[in-house]
Amino acid sequence: MSKIYLDHAATTYLDPRVFEVMKSHMLEDDFGNPSSFHSAGKHAKEAVDEARAKVARILNCRSIEIIFTSGGTESNNLAILGLYSAHKDRGNHLISNTIEHHSVLHPLEYLEKKQGARVTLLDVDKYGQVQVDKILSALTPETLLVSVMYANNEIGTINHLHEIAKTIHDFRQGLGRKQSEPPFFHTDACQAAGALDLDVKKLGIDLMTINSAKIYGPKGVGALYVKGGIKLQPLIFGGGQESGLRGGTENIPGVVGFSTALELAQAEKNDENMRLCALRDYAVRELLKIPKSRLNGHPIERLPNNINISFLDIEGEAMILYLDADGIYTSTGSACTSGSLDPSHVILGIGLPYEAAHGSLRLSLGRKTTRDDIDRVLQALPGIVEKLRSISPVRVEMKHYR
Amino acid sequence: MPDVVSHNRKESWFYTDIVKDHFFNPRKFMHTDDEGNFQYNALGLVGSPACGDAMKIWLQIDLATEQIGDCRWQTFGCASAIASTSMLAEMITENGGMKLDNALKLRPQDIMERLGGLPNRKIHCSVLGDKALLSAINDYFRRTNQLDRVKVEGARLIDKVLKITDHDIEEAVLDGADTLEKVQAKTKVGTGDRSCLPEVEQLIRFYKEKYFGV
Repeated sequence: MSKIYLDHAATTYLDPRVFEVMKSHMLEDDFGNPSSFHSAGKHAKEAVDEARAKVARILNCRSIEIIFTSGGTESNNLAILGLYSAHKDRGNHLISNTIEHHSVLHPLEYLEKKQGARVTLLDVDKYGQVQVDKILSALTPETLLVSVMYANNEIGTINHLHEIAKTIHDFRQGLGRKQSEPPFFHTDACQAAGALDLDVKKLGIDLMTINSAKIYGPKGVGALYVKGGIKLQPLIFGGGQESGLRGGTENIPGVVGFSTALELAQAEKNDENMRLCALRDYAVRELLKIPKSRLNGHPIERLPNNINISFLDIEGEAMILYLDADGIYTSTGSACTSGSLDPSHVILGIGLPYEAAHGSLRLSLGRKTTRDDIDRVLQALPGIVEKLRSISPVRVEMKHYR
Repeated sequence: MPDVVSHNRKESWFYTDIVKDHFFNPRKFMHTDDEGNFQYNALGLVGSPACGDAMKIWLQIDLATEQIGDCRWQTFGCASAIASTSMLAEMITENGGMKLDNALKLRPQDIMERLGGLPNRKIHCSVLGDKALLSAINDYFRRTNQLDRVKVEGARLIDKVLKITDHDIEEAVLDGADTLEKVQAKTKVGTGDRSCLPEVEQLIRFYKEKYFGV
């Protein structure tokens, strides 16, 4: 029985075209350190420069505004901690929302508990979107940063970044401040990078996190876009690499692979989005025929590859393991798989009760997903839900989940 | 954290083969269609879907020998919770049925041992099994008027605002409140914290079944 991988939001396989490009930078003729003064070093430096230029072209920014990092988590940490340290003489207020990734929430929590920051975590609406008027009423002259994810990793909901950016820019202008002064706007675009437009000028972004391992690139590499003129305090000190913002010898095969993966994903995104949306909508339509099920997240403004459904009265981990036994790999925001006892903070964040958070299932589609794969899920899942419900003592009424 | 993996390591399975077997082929669970047909004289419930695990257990206890002749269960929870309840059901009914005094001595570790271990972060899942058993055996003691043998179970807070526990709901149902509205009229449960209402309804259904068989 062939295996069906439906966990692309967790991570993706490497695109073979990306691997080909990376290989040439791992072997003998091209292994140098970009900081070295000889030809091997120069080759390596050219490779990094080229990779940086590629990422900059996609984001419509200058090369010097791209900082390569070890991935989305480091980029988010650098954006939040680095920005706070560099600007704390201007204020201590940070704004975000309850359903961000933990690599945003935990640095914020650290700053609040240990560094005297004041953090406002806004509630999102029932679809998981951050409302512009809430941002506006939370902004103060002490606000240093607003961080709102481009698209949510669990429920796929896409935020209206442009409107949020405009609100922040207008507020900044109203204070008579320059663009290099707070408040700044950061977005975690890890989940969006393979599907949405990343033009930072059009979106109005000051800092943007992107990650390679979710766009068919290698793991352990990502980038942070930082608009020119915005000061950051580095988290990693060393040999002055990445404009002094991140020490350490560059991960050459990594950044080369990452930039190639980003270029390919962006070039192919329109066709791929259309294909995935059709598959997604077909799957959602059929899955919602299962009694006592509910789609989490926005019905339309969601990532083309994201399906998140709660099946009431059963627990997510049990569902995942039954699917796993059928060769179908999925995930959940449920307590048990994540290793913590708390159910998904995202499902709770959109206002659903604990009972729904425990029964959520995420299917995230990708390049290799076919209609046949979806049909196999549709064949397997109703029986699994029925079996688990038959051994469950819980009967919660649907009215609590609307 | 030494998670349990299958011994051949060919499949990335986090549980032992015994856990896996009980998870995929649960023993003695109460199929929805059988509810009402199974003869029992003890009923227990612990946990709630809000906490991530809930277990319900029906026992058939021999009045003369105090052996557990048969049982049925339902569990809402992850694989280890389901497997733990299934194993518990097997343990208390094998060899002609466990005597109540021995059943009350069952510890979560005994269930875990029979399962061949559980991953560290899953140990809490096996704890609910013996609590459900205790709750059912207490029910039997009350039904047979042996109140001196009842072991105290802690009350569980349901409405965090008004500090209403599951015992308060139980009392209200015993006093004849058989709908959410009537229970609310008696207790005001959920007026400060609406998020507990699904659970209150769940409890009302359970206590009605326990005391009135409906």
